[in-house]
Amino acid sequence: MAIEIEQPRVGLSKVAVSKTHGEDSPYFAGWKAYDENPYHETSNQSGVIQMGLAENQVSFDLLEKYLEEHSEASSWGKGAPGFRENALFQDYHGLKSFRQAMASFMEQIRGGRAKFDPDRIVLTAGATAANELLTFILADPGDALLIPTPYYPGFDRDLRWRTGVNIVPIHCDSSNNFQITPEAMEAAYQSAESMNLKVRGILITNPSNPLGATIQRSALEQILDFAVNKNIHLVSDEIYSGSTFSSSEFISIAEILETRGYKDAERVHIVYSLSKDLGLPGFRVGTIYSYNDQVVTTARRMSSFTLISSQTQHLLACMLSNKEFSENYIKTNRERLSKRYDMIIKGLKKAGIECLKGNAGLFCWMNLSPLLEKPTRESELALWKVILNEVKLNISPGSSCHCSEPGWFRVCFANMSEQTLEIALERIRKFMEQRKRN
Amino acid sequence: MTQTRYYRTRSPEPEKEKTGGGGGTAMRVIVPLQGVVQGRGGLVLGSIIPCALFYFLQFYLKRNRDDPDDKNESNSTGQNPTTRSPSSEHLTELPGLTRSLSRALLSPRNSGPVSISARVSGIVKGGDSPYYMGLKRVKEDPYDELDNPNGVIQLGLAENKLSLDLVKDWLAENAREAILGNGKELSISGIAPYQPFDGLMEFKVAVAGFMSQVMENAVSFNPSQIVLTAGATPAIEILSFCLADTGNAFLVPTPYYPGFDRDVKWRTGVEIIHVPCRSADNFHLSIAALDRSFNQAKKRGLKVRGVIISNPSNPAGNLLNRETLYSLLDFAREKNIHIISNEILAGSTLGNEEFVSMAEIVDQEDTDRKRVHIVYGLSKDLSLPGFRVGVIYTFNEDVLAAARKLSRFSATSAPTQCLLISMLSDTKFVRTFITTNWERLQRMYVQLVAGLEKMGIKSIKSSGGFYCWADMSGFISSYSEKGEVELWDKLLNIGKVNVTPGSCCHCIEPGWFRFCFATLTEKDIPIVMERIQKVLKPVN
Repeated sequence: MAIEIEQPRVGLSKVAVSKTHGEDSPYFAGWKAYDENPYHETSNQSGVIQMGLAENQVSFDLLEKYLEEHSEASSWGKGAPGFRENALFQDYHGLKSFRQAMASFMEQIRGGRAKFDPDRIVLTAGATAANELLTFILADPGDALLIPTPYYPGFDRDLRWRTGVNIVPIHCDSSNNFQITPEAMEAAYQSAESMNLKVRGILITNPSNPLGATIQRSALEQILDFAVNKNIHLVSDEIYSGSTFSSSEFISIAEILETRGYKDAERVHIVYSLSKDLGLPGFRVGTIYSYNDQVVTTARRMSSFTLISSQTQHLLACMLSNKEFSENYIKTNRERLSKRYDMIIKGLKKAGIECLKGNAGLFCWMNLSPLLEKPTRESELALWKVILNEVKLNISPGSSCHCSEPGWFRVCFANMSEQTLEIALERIRKFMEQRKRN
Repeated sequence: MTQTRYYRTRSPEPEKEKTGGGGGTAMRVIVPLQGVVQGRGGLVLGSIIPCALFYFLQFYLKRNRDDPDDKNESNSTGQNPTTRSPSSEHLTELPGLTRSLSRALLSPRNSGPVSISARVSGIVKGGDSPYYMGLKRVKEDPYDELDNPNGVIQLGLAENKLSLDLVKDWLAENAREAILGNGKELSISGIAPYQPFDGLMEFKVAVAGFMSQVMENAVSFNPSQIVLTAGATPAIEILSFCLADTGNAFLVPTPYYPGFDRDVKWRTGVEIIHVPCRSADNFHLSIAALDRSFNQAKKRGLKVRGVIISNPSNPAGNLLNRETLYSLLDFAREKNIHIISNEILAGSTLGNEEFVSMAEIVDQEDTDRKRVHIVYGLSKDLSLPGFRVGVIYTFNEDVLAAARKLSRFSATSAPTQCLLISMLSDTKFVRTFITTNWERLQRMYVQLVAGLEKMGIKSIKSSGGFYCWADMSGFISSYSEKGEVELWDKLLNIGKVNVTPGSCCHCIEPGWFRFCFATLTEKDIPIVMERIQKVLKPVN
């Protein structure tokens, strides 16, 4: 008979066992519920409708049409000079043609109000990687980044997990539509200091996730001034910049820098990606645009851990440098998102629900605080559970976005067909009616 | 926190930790007392003069700094400025000097330098190791038979161009449908949305099958144990993050792939302990040497978390035989540590020696599987480094869970996965590729070795990989790293040939060079030989 000898378990690192990946939070728990019982128009009409994933599916047809008509993007053809070089190409500078296409696409989105130099673009496999990379570069373990609340739940993981950097929230509330104020920034800075955390930067998302609103010019000026004053970095995650409902309402930090003659620019870094605006999260395309040479050089070297497939770069370089395509895409995408937004706002209003006035993004910021038993996080989560399990809608509770006011929820509207959205709105309406009756 | 170093260090062990403050004080004490120690008296003057000079220097530098920022920098290291190479050790003891140096590197705008993290500020000065400098030179002045016959010939990059035409032809016929259709209707909605970050299951199945094929079906791989990453580079880094904490260490036999210094250490803060292999053993791994290194590390208070082996090895080209692999497993079990087996060249064997994967070894052993993790990728065996496909294959569910989550930072691209699913499922193509590629590698290897032999350059018999690991110690001016680098420099700048000096691979014996032959055509070989001959001046 074999003698059982207890084998010492071979250990893993703290990073491996840490919970900083955050996947046990409600934000992700809702996704699990969806995965187990996903709604389907015909085969599972009582399933959970996913409204917690900020994906843009409204403009796929435009992409499909382009690829059908331009076979050179997805192939190299016989004798094409491109393939050999492409397959071997693992230079962390990235394909020049792709960087040029990205730079020009970013300019187009900003209506030409800011210029981007392709040589300042560093490519990463997604904005997730870009944000983490910047954090590695700008801060040491134990340092802090200031981030306005509510913010994208993924930041807790992306900015903190492997980097060992802390997030100190800049509290914003509904009294002024969740805008960032100098007082709030200062308070956050002091709070970090009192915890003996060295603040290395402030990270804003503009347009904001989850608010679905652009940051106003005056606020951007104040944020930049604050960063200059404290001599820290400013990271502007502009991943939703192409998803504003009207082109004129989005102001990029790049424009602010331009008007200031690029003074103080070397502390500013912009993150962008094609995952939201172009609806291609599966392609894994992100960028860091930095005005700081040292950061550009370092980020480039570090991007070795997260390079974009050269095949993907080739495909997208073709697509994005086609001006006809990109201009039409940006315009049409905006119109469709705007239409969707109107649809959901109207639908929610009919159900008696108010939202924050938004002008961008793939979601709206819904106020369900009147429904809370008590103005607490627990009540919010209880309500969230009810909506998930009874109404069968997965929406994101504000607490997972670190919102200081309970009762707000982020509701995504671009990751489904119009019909499905109608059904979701119908379910909400019924739910609200029931609550009124009780 | 380990500082990143792109300048080479030669030490077989990692640098000792130094506390910044302590170091500075030591400096101040040693210098003034030198006269006293040497018995030349002059305690007072001997103390005052150096001190005065020292403080003057500090003062001078102080006057040229911006205060708040510098205060930030000195606080920011907080951690010990560990593992600096000897040449820069004194920099940490003269904070003023460090600051003004780093400031010189900031962008010329010169308005209030905002600091970057200590963990990366070291590497900005670097980038000048021969490994990277050589690659840069080739990029600037690449050899081309027609357009640039005097350009630099690349023998420093382990790329396989020998069989690219096969892949190219396949793609020309099949790419379009492969990316979008896979036999179904052309649909972007299949590949555009969020996919599991660790890869499409279909692709994992295809990759598992391919891995099995290149390893001659000696072992089968379970797709559910695969995590796909954007290349083998992040695969190694992710495993480093999962298996070791900052300040822990891995044992790595030298000479090793220069990229490990970046992949294993840079952002993780994990150390590498060099375990020297010697020419007397043909650079084969010795378990005794591993054991010695492990014990030395223990004495120094360094916690070893695992061993990283490459099989076939880079640069020596050795295959680890069954016996060694079993011994390695015993060793790991005894010390309760992990084994990372980098098998990225498994499909690029030379000669007829049998390749044995670590997976095959643990096939029967249930209890030890949890400590074994395999790294693979399509960059070498399928010549597609640009497509960024790397594999972590592990038997440990916890590592699997963590690696899956971490793969979000380094995920493979969906359209590329779709393309490759088609390619890898085309078994006829894969079989033809593997066979043809093997033949071509053989041919090129034999020719290169013969050419070098004619010049009196002997090399280790390689059993795998794209390299010839050659002994040029007879041609260096001094039997030292310096002599070796001098020769490298001449080969690069006079001979216009980029090869990798053994010191980049931390080889303990000077004079060894790595020649990659898979980037060459047969026509290039005589030209390469000619150029090398031009440079060589036998020392004896």
